[in-house]
Amino acid sequence: MSAEVLRAPGSAPGQWFARAVLRNGPLGGLVALTVVMAVLSRDFLGGQNVLNVGVQASVTAILAFGVTFVIVSAGIDLSVGSVAALSATVVAWAATSEGLPVWLAVLLGLAVGVVSGLVSGALVAYGRLPAFIATLALLSVARGLALVISGGSPIAFPSSVSRLGDTLGGWLPVPVLVMIAMGAVAALVLARTYTGRAMFAIGGNEEAARLSGIDVRRRKLVIYALSGLFAAVAGIVLASRLTSAQPQAAVGYELDAIAAVVIGGASLSGGSGKASGTLIGALILAVLRNGLNLLSVSAFWQQVATGLVIALAVLLDTLRRRSTR
Amino acid sequence: MTGVDDDGPDSGHVLLRVEGITKSFPGVRALDGVDLSLRAGEVHVLLGENGAGKSTLIKTLSGVHRPDSGRIIVGRREVVIRSAQDAERLGIATIHQEFALVPGLTVAENLFLGRQPRTALGLVDRRAMRERAAELLRRVRLDVSPTTPVAELGVAGLQMVEIAKALGRDARVLIMDEPTAVLTAEEVATLFGIVRELRASGVGIVFITHHLEEIAALGDRVTVLRDGRSVAEVPASAGEEELIRLMVGRDIAEQYPRERPAGPGAPLLRVRGLTRAGAFEDVGFEVRAGEVVGLAGLVGAGRTEVARALFGVDRYDAGTVEVDGTELPRGDVRAAMRAGLGLVPEDRKGQGLLLDASLRDNLTLARLDRDTRAGFVDRAAQRREAASVAERLKVRMSGLEQSARTLSGGNQQKIVIGKWLLAGARLLILDEPTRGIDVGAKVEIYRLVNELTAAGHAVLMISSDLPEVLGMSDRVLVMAQGRLVGELSGERATQDAVMELAVRSPQADRDPQADRNTNTGQSAMEGSDVG
Repeated sequence: MSAEVLRAPGSAPGQWFARAVLRNGPLGGLVALTVVMAVLSRDFLGGQNVLNVGVQASVTAILAFGVTFVIVSAGIDLSVGSVAALSATVVAWAATSEGLPVWLAVLLGLAVGVVSGLVSGALVAYGRLPAFIATLALLSVARGLALVISGGSPIAFPSSVSRLGDTLGGWLPVPVLVMIAMGAVAALVLARTYTGRAMFAIGGNEEAARLSGIDVRRRKLVIYALSGLFAAVAGIVLASRLTSAQPQAAVGYELDAIAAVVIGGASLSGGSGKASGTLIGALILAVLRNGLNLLSVSAFWQQVATGLVIALAVLLDTLRRRSTR
Repeated sequence: MTGVDDDGPDSGHVLLRVEGITKSFPGVRALDGVDLSLRAGEVHVLLGENGAGKSTLIKTLSGVHRPDSGRIIVGRREVVIRSAQDAERLGIATIHQEFALVPGLTVAENLFLGRQPRTALGLVDRRAMRERAAELLRRVRLDVSPTTPVAELGVAGLQMVEIAKALGRDARVLIMDEPTAVLTAEEVATLFGIVRELRASGVGIVFITHHLEEIAALGDRVTVLRDGRSVAEVPASAGEEELIRLMVGRDIAEQYPRERPAGPGAPLLRVRGLTRAGAFEDVGFEVRAGEVVGLAGLVGAGRTEVARALFGVDRYDAGTVEVDGTELPRGDVRAAMRAGLGLVPEDRKGQGLLLDASLRDNLTLARLDRDTRAGFVDRAAQRREAASVAERLKVRMSGLEQSARTLSGGNQQKIVIGKWLLAGARLLILDEPTRGIDVGAKVEIYRLVNELTAAGHAVLMISSDLPEVLGMSDRVLVMAQGRLVGELSGERATQDAVMELAVRSPQADRDPQADRNTNTGQSAMEGSDVG
């Protein structure tokens, strides 16, 4: 065995580390960030705290899985935060205020998410509005409806659903399980379903997709509806954790979701993206916030740090792609 | 640094010399030791099949790629070209096939993009800019006002603006990547005139073309690239057969190996009275099983529009499209596909391919429905299908997961055609199927057309390449100004006859009310006599 082979990784650990980060993209970034946080804070890698990170990532991740579909197809969905709040509000209103059976209330909440997505999708696909504008409109409409339905104040969440915010066996947080399940669904949709493959085709070249017999408009309806459905699930998980549906919840979450998707390696111009990448993106954001909290960094500086990490993550990813092209 | 000045006795000094350039991409050795020398006042043709390395070579000269090894010498100095700005400083201008113009700006603004003349106050001096732009436009004989928005120009105009832009930057070396591919014969003649003037003024021109007849007409020397190597430098008078032999490394016995089946079968496609206001008018024809029907005409005659309409991409106002006697609904691509049509569009990259997706995804795109069971796509089946068609078409690739962007033009076109073979198309509409494709790949595509028609399929081939359309078609339809003006076959199908029909379209035909019964194939010949 030659000495060079042995020396290559060992001689310059910094270099090796940088190369590992570059080669593995988002995952490398997550590992690097975790190592840094673990070194800086003794509490970070504690079992309870790791689960906390998972819980903190869950809502963003579930929203982001839905947004991944839209971004892969070269669209954008700004409405998911508002749709999440609206869906949760509808569940709480139906069950608590109107006394509907809980299962029906939950179905209604999910349906609200789907319908919101269909509206965005119809505006984009048939109304030919830019996705940015259509979903910006929905962002406002959904938030407004949530406020109208709730009269502006929180509504208690049905306790049977609130268990979604609890733990299994006293330690395993259900939001983490929901996140993993939704992530698996998203991965399956992207990799294996007709709609998933159509997302890549539409995002890669919409005209070529159309000329190859993909019904682009109908697919867009489905894509935005899926995003709305995921937003509804995220909203229900969030309200479960808070044990109440708050019409002002999840403000600005759409930006976290988009950041998670992009940090995860998807391109805003469409045609690429992975559920695993999106999960890693959401975890990077959560690790960062959690770690900075443990380090008692002020909320103001946390915002600065988050912005820097987003820029750095995407910059690294761009460099990585350029070097392999 | 010797040998920079070994000028031939018959021409100017060496402007640009490339020595032993190599460039590798993952899995591909694009350039493998290329030499090229360009003298002042010569037109140096760069010839080679697609994938031979022409594009990579000019990209290393225009600052897009850095070579892995080898030297680039401009004048007497070895240089490193890192960016388009570096190339510009060295006096090297490149006119790519995709123009680098801003459609929303005027001609003058484009000509002086990034280096507008300024007034004493630092503002853009519009008047000086217009005057200098007008001067440049005169030099390229483009008769438009400097204040015309670039979006209003046709392809030929855009090209002239690109040339003017290069002139405005005092380019000593002008690299032109297939400038004639999109021009009509008349525009080509104008372009040649301008290139000759530039040559006379001492500019060195690297000229890429796939049209061999242009080489003798315009070129001085030819460097032939094959598989990333420069295999020969010959005078432009070398003759087409010799050039083809050098380019493909073998003799091509027959450039258009059309094998006509015994007799055409049953009508597959029947188009009647197809009309869309402002685009085409009362177009009717038939394509039978086993036939290749050519659709000739000038650029803008409405051929692509008809193809798109009958494939359901665009709507039409009147008329019918029947496949096997069943009428197709209007504007429904999926219905057309189910009936057995497939369209290989003119704009391969813009409409045919998912450039960044894998070859597997590209090849199986048009049969995504069929590979789906209960919403789930059978990825293993896709892999099998893609592998079989890629092998059948002899696609040169490193693997099915390679992205379509990294293939040469000819192989990209095979992917688009392969997509339709997998989709089970029985009537392929090929729109400019060999544009920008090298001779070797062209012949492969012609052989494939033979194979398909022998199996009872049919091909409707739109082509502006007259020898191709005549060589490969069993019948040639000619369109002019949105109308079908003639049908030629056998002895009557000659270049002269087609061109005569294509350019002699009567003014009267522009009026939609003029004469509705003129263009159903046979009677169209009289229609063209009205003017």
